[in-house]
Amino acid sequence: MTVTTITDAQLAPKDYASDQEVRWCPGCGDYAILKAVQKACADMGLVRERTVFVSGIGCAARFPYYMSTYGFHTVHGRAPAIATGIKLANPDLDVWVMTGDGDGLSIGGNHMLHVLRRNVDLKIILFNNEIYGLTKGQYSPTSRRGTRSPSTPLGSIENPVSACAFALGAGARFVARSIDTLQAHLIATLKRAHAHRGASFIEILQNCVVFNDAVFDHITGKEVAPEAQVLVEHGKPLVFGKNKEKALRLKPGTIALEVVAATAPDVLVHDETNRPLAQLLAALEPPFPTAMGVLYCSPTESYEHDFYAQKGAALGKGDLDALLNSERTWEVVP
Amino acid sequence: MATSSISRPERETRDSVVIRFAGDSGDGMQVTGSQFTLETALAGSDFSTFPDFPAEIRAPTGTTFGVSAFQIHFGGGDVMTPGDAVDVLVAMNPAALTVELRDLKVGGTVIVDSAAFNERNLSKAGYARNPLDDDSLARYQVLKFDITKLTADAVKPHGLSSREAHLCRNMWALGLLLWMYGYERTATIEWLNRKFAKKPVIAAANVAAVNAGHAFGETAEMAEHMVGYVVPKAHVQAGRYRTVSGTEGLAWGLVAGLRAAGIEKMVFAGYPITPASALLHTLANLRAYGVVTFQAEDEIAASGAALGASYAGALGVTSSSGPGIALKTEMLGLAIATELPLIVIDSQRAGPSTGMPTKAEQSDLFQAVHGRNADAPLAVLAPTSTADCFDIAIEAVRLATKYMTPVIVLSDGYLAHAAEPWRIPREADLPRFPVTYRTDPEGFHPFLRDPETLARPWVKPGTPQLEHRIGGLERDYDSGHISYDPDNHARMTKARADKIAGIANDIPLQGIALGADHGKLAVVGWGSTFGAIHRAVQIARDESTDVAHIHVRYLSPFPRNLGDLLKRYDRVLVPEMNNGQLVKLLRAEYLIPAESLPKVTGKPFRVTEIAQAIGKIS
Ligand SMILES: Cc1ncc(C[n+]2csc(CCOP(=O)(O)OP(=O)(O)O)c2C)c(N)n1
Ligand code: SF4
Ligand SMILES: [Mg+2]
Repeated sequence: MTVTTITDAQLAPKDYASDQEVRWCPGCGDYAILKAVQKACADMGLVRERTVFVSGIGCAARFPYYMSTYGFHTVHGRAPAIATGIKLANPDLDVWVMTGDGDGLSIGGNHMLHVLRRNVDLKIILFNNEIYGLTKGQYSPTSRRGTRSPSTPLGSIENPVSACAFALGAGARFVARSIDTLQAHLIATLKRAHAHRGASFIEILQNCVVFNDAVFDHITGKEVAPEAQVLVEHGKPLVFGKNKEKALRLKPGTIALEVVAATAPDVLVHDETNRPLAQLLAALEPPFPTAMGVLYCSPTESYEHDFYAQKGAALGKGDLDALLNSERTWEVVP
Repeated sequence: MATSSISRPERETRDSVVIRFAGDSGDGMQVTGSQFTLETALAGSDFSTFPDFPAEIRAPTGTTFGVSAFQIHFGGGDVMTPGDAVDVLVAMNPAALTVELRDLKVGGTVIVDSAAFNERNLSKAGYARNPLDDDSLARYQVLKFDITKLTADAVKPHGLSSREAHLCRNMWALGLLLWMYGYERTATIEWLNRKFAKKPVIAAANVAAVNAGHAFGETAEMAEHMVGYVVPKAHVQAGRYRTVSGTEGLAWGLVAGLRAAGIEKMVFAGYPITPASALLHTLANLRAYGVVTFQAEDEIAASGAALGASYAGALGVTSSSGPGIALKTEMLGLAIATELPLIVIDSQRAGPSTGMPTKAEQSDLFQAVHGRNADAPLAVLAPTSTADCFDIAIEAVRLATKYMTPVIVLSDGYLAHAAEPWRIPREADLPRFPVTYRTDPEGFHPFLRDPETLARPWVKPGTPQLEHRIGGLERDYDSGHISYDPDNHARMTKARADKIAGIANDIPLQGIALGADHGKLAVVGWGSTFGAIHRAVQIARDESTDVAHIHVRYLSPFPRNLGDLLKRYDRVLVPEMNNGQLVKLLRAEYLIPAESLPKVTGKPFRVTEIAQAIGKIS
């Protein structure tokens, strides 16, 4: 399969917006994600008719309605399966899966696991607001212990799943994290995901102003961000802090990370092809800084590529008469 | 051979015969039956087969639950079923004898391997005494041979281990049966040489076993017991024939349908489940015919991938059995809401829940017709025979693509594995119904309806200027945009219903399989019970009973004359392999007092069961 890249350089971000009124709550982080995606599409010159946004159900999953591309709003949790079928039918389409933490990690967790391990060539964008938005605020599989919600009035007693650690565990070859409000970073991360062939998984920390407002403030707040985030970049040291004065390195004699002065010896340099390192970064949580950016990128052939490249796999118009007459036949004469 | 001078009695003629090969799962009864079937076919007889294998993959040897059987009914007439009662039972061990004997006719023949009736096997089968040594089989004609030793002797020159030699016993038995009915061995020998091409010694030993079994019949010195038979050729339409199983019929029919519709690719997505997996296996080998197969992580994903493929312009097909179809339910709703073609093949099995996976039932009719949330109509078809599987698959493709709708095909575990002779169609004679994908942006919206079929346009993503969004949310009739307007929802619900109902104008009127178009009694069936009902009605009519056979292939919507037709009979009897489902649909739809004849044993109807029911009514 040859991937021909056709671009449409004339289009502006607004040309990727559909004529539908956007119906998210005012102030919802989804707006920022929509804006970033439209900007990334314009920057990359994506051809609208060859681009398909597929989603499950949830606030996040409304996304396709707001794009002027092809879009398929499907059933709760199953977008990865539907997108897989689309890619098997037409590997040339540029297919994005837009999902939420409930959609992608609860009801659709199984499909997420398999689409990642198969490495279907999809951009999978998971809007993590640590809550079920559309159903009015129940805790989700990414909600932290103690989360109070209509269904957990005393606080959740469940351990949350880390989206990125899950994706890495499932065998994803591209795993990244960003934030709704971190526009430039988010746009750059979307472009990286798009450039990657195979399943590209991005977790976006997204603020649900109505049911889980400020849940990421300790990471995303302007004041705390420099200390609370480490922006990872391939080949660059893993430094953070207001003046980039802090760094991460392997605690000697262990396989755990520790925070040291940026000037300390053996500061880690980010290697996005290093899966164990990606696992360590994905799992970082306060008091450590939360890792943002491309945690892991190690391309291999995609599922559809391998399907069509398999020996004897050429799809064709075989001789039907030969098929029907294969094996033993006999003639009955009048 | 030197002993060929023994004078044999003349071969006797039999109109039709039912043989059941039974043995341990490891005894190769299925291949034995299949090869016997092939030789029967090549000799020009009509036939119908019924493989009945155990649910366990490798049941302990010698146990009753490890018995695997293959039944073939063959003859010169119109053979419609695998046969009610068995004429010849081949029992390779005591377990096979005890399990299968009850279906043997009084006076029927049992052929046993006496060596297998040792103490160990007898006790595993629950025999206190060896039935070969007392008079418990007195009502039957017992032919006991030391097949184990006779096979070992035959294969000796090939230097097989005793285990390998033991595995050739089935071929010895096959050779004997082929002799008994005067059949050739050529195709079997060819098959063995092909199958064991890489193990020529094994091939030669198996051929020697077939030949030895055959020679044994020819020369056995027990002439009065060993009668040879002749079964006449069937009078069938001229043409080229082959055997076909329901699975093959469906697979090839889907391929033919794909071609008829002019669609480039089929994406078939499934998740393994008995007895539906065979279809996935068969299609996995047909890439050269434009078939992409995908083993999904579950049935939900399988139906999702198939629907995604249809959305992308390919033919999406998914298949399962009852429990898996249940999982596809929500996706069917989405397919109905978004009006995309989707073919769902249900190989029904006994349930509820896991039920009896290897046993056939017709109990998913309600699930197919009504088993979804909300008002969610779709088309439901059911093939009547293995040969009809081919035609019904083509018809499913036609309806799915023409009406942009899911179509459920109700096959069953019996049809999936059974085999019958099939007159091979030529591609040039197959129907054509090319689909058109919408490419014209002028006046486009995704739910514009064809005024005649009410179908919406099929648009391939990739088509310029037709970018649009669809989904499960209700949409406006006039624009396709999301709409929660109450009147619009009522209008859309009606449009979806009318579209499916309209299919009734595009399918054949309900015909009468046998008998008059009015009278005292109509026996109405659907699916794989065709043969048994037909034969039973034939027998009753031969005895001057006023009865007709009607077999419904289109279960949703029903053919438009079905109600009027049924009202022309005084009584309507509905035999089905469930607890009464079609009967309730008919009552609900036509307000007729249809009567139920349910059968839920996991086994197909016997002709006599239906004949008796007809007798009671008329
Ligand atoms: C089969 C099914 N079960 C439940 C629902 C109800 N439901 C809709 S969205 C949703 C949760 C969505 O949460 P998430 O994926 O986190 O998306 P968000 O709304 O937070 O963006 C649920 C439970 C549904 N639509 N379908
Ligand atoms: S409920 Fe939350 S996630 Fe949903 S639209 Fe409103 S703010 Fe956004
Ligand atoms: Mg959420």
